[in-house]
Amino acid sequence: MEELGKRALTGDIRAVSRLIRNIEDQVPNTHEAIKHIFPFTGRAHVVGITGAPGAGKSTLTDQLICSIRAKNKTVGVMAVDPSSPFTGGALLGDRIRMLRHADDPGVFVRSLATRGAMGGLSKAVGDGIHVLDVMGKDVIIVETVGVGQQEVDIINHAHTVLVVLVPGMGDEVQAIKAGLMEVADIFIINKADREGARKLYKETLSMMDMGKFPSGWRPPIVMVESNLEPHSFAKSVDELYEKIQEHYKFLYDNNLLQERAQLKVQTEINDALRSAILEPVLNKLIETGEFDQMVQKLLKKETDPYTLADEVAAKYLIK
Amino acid sequence: MAKKIRILLAKPGLDGHDRGAKVLARCFRDAGFEVIYTGCHNTPEQIVNAAIQEDVDMVGLSCLSGAHTYLYPEVVQQLKDRGVTDIPVVGGGIIPDRDMQPLYDAGLKAIFTPGATLDSIVEWINTNIAAKE
Amino acid sequence: MLFTQELLDQSSLLRKKWEDEVKRVVSKNPDQKADWSTVSDLGIKRIYGPEDIGGMDFEKDIAYPGQFPFLRGCQATGYRGKYWTFRMFSGMGTAVTTNERWHYLLNNGQTGLSTAFDFPTLMGYDTDSPKAKGECGKCGVAIDTIEDFFDLTKGIPLGKVSTSMTINPPATILWAMYCATADIQGIPLTQLSGTIQNDMLKEFIAQKTLMCPPEPSVKLISDTIEFGTKYVPKWNTVSISGYHIREAGATAVQELAFTLRDGMEYVEDVIRRKGLPVDSFAPRLSFFFNSHIDFFEEIAKMRAARRIWSRGMRERYGSTDERSWWMRFHTQTAGCSLTAQQPYNNVVRTATEALAAVLGGTASLHTNSLDEVLCLPSDHAVQIALRTQQIIAEETGVCNTIDPLAGSYFVEALTNEMEEQAWDYIHKIDELGGMVAAIEKGFPQLEISDAAYKFQRQIDAAEKIMIGVNKYNVENEEVDIPLVEIDETVEQEQLQRLAAVKRNRDSKRVKECLEDIKKACEKGENVMPYCIEAVKARASVQEICDVYREVYGEYRDPGIY
Ligand code: B12
Ligand SMILES: Nc1nc2c(ncn2[C@@H]2O[C@H](COP(=O)(O)OP(=O)(O)OP(=O)(O)O)[C@@H](O)[C@H]2O)c(=O)[nH]1
Ligand SMILES: [Mg+2]
Repeated sequence: MEELGKRALTGDIRAVSRLIRNIEDQVPNTHEAIKHIFPFTGRAHVVGITGAPGAGKSTLTDQLICSIRAKNKTVGVMAVDPSSPFTGGALLGDRIRMLRHADDPGVFVRSLATRGAMGGLSKAVGDGIHVLDVMGKDVIIVETVGVGQQEVDIINHAHTVLVVLVPGMGDEVQAIKAGLMEVADIFIINKADREGARKLYKETLSMMDMGKFPSGWRPPIVMVESNLEPHSFAKSVDELYEKIQEHYKFLYDNNLLQERAQLKVQTEINDALRSAILEPVLNKLIETGEFDQMVQKLLKKETDPYTLADEVAAKYLIK
Repeated sequence: MAKKIRILLAKPGLDGHDRGAKVLARCFRDAGFEVIYTGCHNTPEQIVNAAIQEDVDMVGLSCLSGAHTYLYPEVVQQLKDRGVTDIPVVGGGIIPDRDMQPLYDAGLKAIFTPGATLDSIVEWINTNIAAKE
Repeated sequence: MLFTQELLDQSSLLRKKWEDEVKRVVSKNPDQKADWSTVSDLGIKRIYGPEDIGGMDFEKDIAYPGQFPFLRGCQATGYRGKYWTFRMFSGMGTAVTTNERWHYLLNNGQTGLSTAFDFPTLMGYDTDSPKAKGECGKCGVAIDTIEDFFDLTKGIPLGKVSTSMTINPPATILWAMYCATADIQGIPLTQLSGTIQNDMLKEFIAQKTLMCPPEPSVKLISDTIEFGTKYVPKWNTVSISGYHIREAGATAVQELAFTLRDGMEYVEDVIRRKGLPVDSFAPRLSFFFNSHIDFFEEIAKMRAARRIWSRGMRERYGSTDERSWWMRFHTQTAGCSLTAQQPYNNVVRTATEALAAVLGGTASLHTNSLDEVLCLPSDHAVQIALRTQQIIAEETGVCNTIDPLAGSYFVEALTNEMEEQAWDYIHKIDELGGMVAAIEKGFPQLEISDAAYKFQRQIDAAEKIMIGVNKYNVENEEVDIPLVEIDETVEQEQLQRLAAVKRNRDSKRVKECLEDIKKACEKGENVMPYCIEAVKARASVQEICDVYREVYGEYRDPGIY
């Protein structure tokens, strides 16, 4: 495993993709590879892109890759789509929008399924970012699944979060109020060709006027032209990229990168503890059949979940 | 541990017959696989790069235009050139009998033609494509 | 009211008796299966009677051929004046090979030509493009420049035979080649008759020969409609196609609805963009349907199509010229209904489908060959397919009378039901903002892909039957029929031809012509006259398409499913 980490550090594409695969599949010992690369992480600018299903996230990412490549920077993308809760299968439909970059060695695109994770991401995103980071990608774009207001885990991983809004989605503005407002660093009004784009812009603007921005960064609202007008689309995404860079510079100049990094490491230690402590215990319980017995006991009302949890803690945790 | 079979499904060349590919993509999802469908009009290079970056367990090619004689072996060859020999390539479409052996010789692992049931395809994958170790 | 109250009362009495009898019998001998539906899953009743069509109005809903709403046909004389055009879709290898096939078909009694182009041509690439590698001539004829076109049409009287060309994104260019060839031969454009498919909406929905985004694609189509209206009045500048929609997996109703809504979209675009009055161009719009294996469903679909179109033209667009109300259409039997297994069975399927098309009143017909699932049609297979049409026309007697199924309780009821369901779809698309908007939202694509997946599952579960595939299979069948093979030498040959043309032409002139097309695109002018000049100067298909791609941008398959 460590070997895989070493190869990833040299930018070996097969090693990188295999490593991400192992993270996704939770292959034992994958942590060894992450341990190896962790010291080298923290270089890349991580950009999150979130918004409702079909808002145009992938189409934007595709064009954003062009803008970033035009500045001679390399790009890594992780695009997340939902797994079917019924079959566990998934249609990963983001890559198709970015296919034209497939031949560009400066671009690495990886599709991930949520595999049951809530929050709009895959569990592999956190470590996946590290892998793309150490392979040398300058900018890492993380596309979340099409989300509602609850699924905002992206904030724990990205330096800059783009929230994509499209006209004609009804309670869109409600959603902003309810949650996305807090996570957005930049608002994008996409599909400006559609009716209602101006109106949405104004609504978003007036909502911003009511907002408070303790960090001093007031999220700008960027109108992106229709992707069906390729030339003006490209131009407006170039402008978007400038705003993204501005935001990064703002974080840097105001020592706020640290604050973002803190969110990420908090999540990471949380996850790591979970996988180091909780998961092994759970696995053990399942393996020994204790878990099933506990379920049966609860069904018969012989005990309650809290008593059981205390018993398990007493047995497995060294105080 | 949650291993999943990941499949890249692609249409190489200029062919636009995508009815079969789309049916298969849905079928694969319903069989519990993760499917990356890259649509029509892919070049072999794009397919190979996608297969590597996505670290898939299988590449599925669908071409009904007759250009499979060039395109299918080309994908296998380019994978080899990139040092990839552990991703099996499977093809389907209008493949006349005379082309079968040459395609197998070129390295295709299986070929499915019109009339193949979805269940038989899923079954073949389940028995022959193990999720990556 | 079609029937008197007396008759309806009588019917209801007898019907009750019959129903009781059915119940009695079924309780002892249950039906073979619970579900009786069309291939598109439209439920069909055990019987139809006067009450199923009693609400119809004879004058408004039925009438006579050549009378509104044209349910029974556009022509007053039906097939007595003229059979449908026997038009076999063909193209393979080089222009020379295809020209031979064309002469073979004409000598066998074919009455119109229909061109299949190879993939590079369909997609706007030349044979020497890296993207074209391995594709040349495989699925149709390879055309790079007008020199190929000269070979293709050698010995064909362009002023007399009508020629259809299945070409979409590069339609302006191939049509320009046709016009230029005629011009060089001294045949006036006003004498030319034929069709360019030129229907981009169904490309986004179903066929996927893609080049530019929807909006400029529709603009190019409007250019051809305008040019045709002014200079080539006998040409059908667009063949609004349901065939491909159906073959991509749509149901019969979806085919009907999406195709007609596509037609309405073009009408609206030409009126808006070109300011032409509807009746100046609508008479030249033509349609193209599928004839699938479900006999009555197809007949009902075609009859409904005529009625919907005439109503739509009159009511939605205020058209007053009868010719705009006519829905004239070509039909092709359903490729996707045929099997690789026991291929001779395909002759029977195709014959049945062809018969449905004729009873549905098609104006032109292609019949698939028995080797459809295996390769491009061989000479022998194509001859049987052509003979199938000739037998239907000249032996079976079905042409003796017009629209013989009119008045059938079942056929009229099914026709009404399909029309109703189609209008529901049409209104839904109106609500989405029209067809271009609906396509951008993926609406028709998703509907079709749902239907396609469902159908495939039904076949797998043998809920719908395909003989040889899920019933009456033959184990280890040896299929012993000759398969057409287009080998790699075709590509080499074509590459040399193209290289020779490029060597010998005046490249400065070509550059100028391409520059002119670019300017026309940028200014929104009609590109047709510039295309004609360019192809005369030997500009290639790809060179002109590259200009389109540069100005309008490239559109890639969004893979919506
Ligand atoms: C439907 C169809 C169309 C539709 C396509 C709609 C769409 N969006 O898909 C339309 C009408 C648009 C069309 C157009 C054309 N078509 Co067409 N079409 C067919 C037809 C009738 C059926 C194909 C089909 O969808 N079958 C149903 C699906 C579910 O089956 P399938 O794709 O074969 O997939 C099954 C297996 O093959 C296998 N499989 C396939 N791929 C893969 C991949 C993997 C990984 C696996 C595991 C399995 C697998 O599994 C599936 C389930 O059994 C065939 C003939 C036939 N009956 O097969 C001709 C056919 C393919 N078409 C042909 C041609 C020539 C064309 C055109 C080029 C004609 C022209 N010159 O204009 C155009 C080009 C269009 C384009 N852009 O590609 C030729 C190809 C000739 C050849 N290869 O030598 C055929 C064979 C007909 C013929 N004999 O002439 N066509
Ligand atoms: N009209 C219009 N359509 C657009 C625009 N941008 C994207 N689309 C279309 O919207 C659809 C969805 O785009 P995607 O980029 O896949 O959206 P997404 O947000 O990534 O979707 P999910 O990943 O499925 O949540 C596609 O058909 C795009 O072509 C735009 O500016 N205008
Ligand atoms: Mg997406």
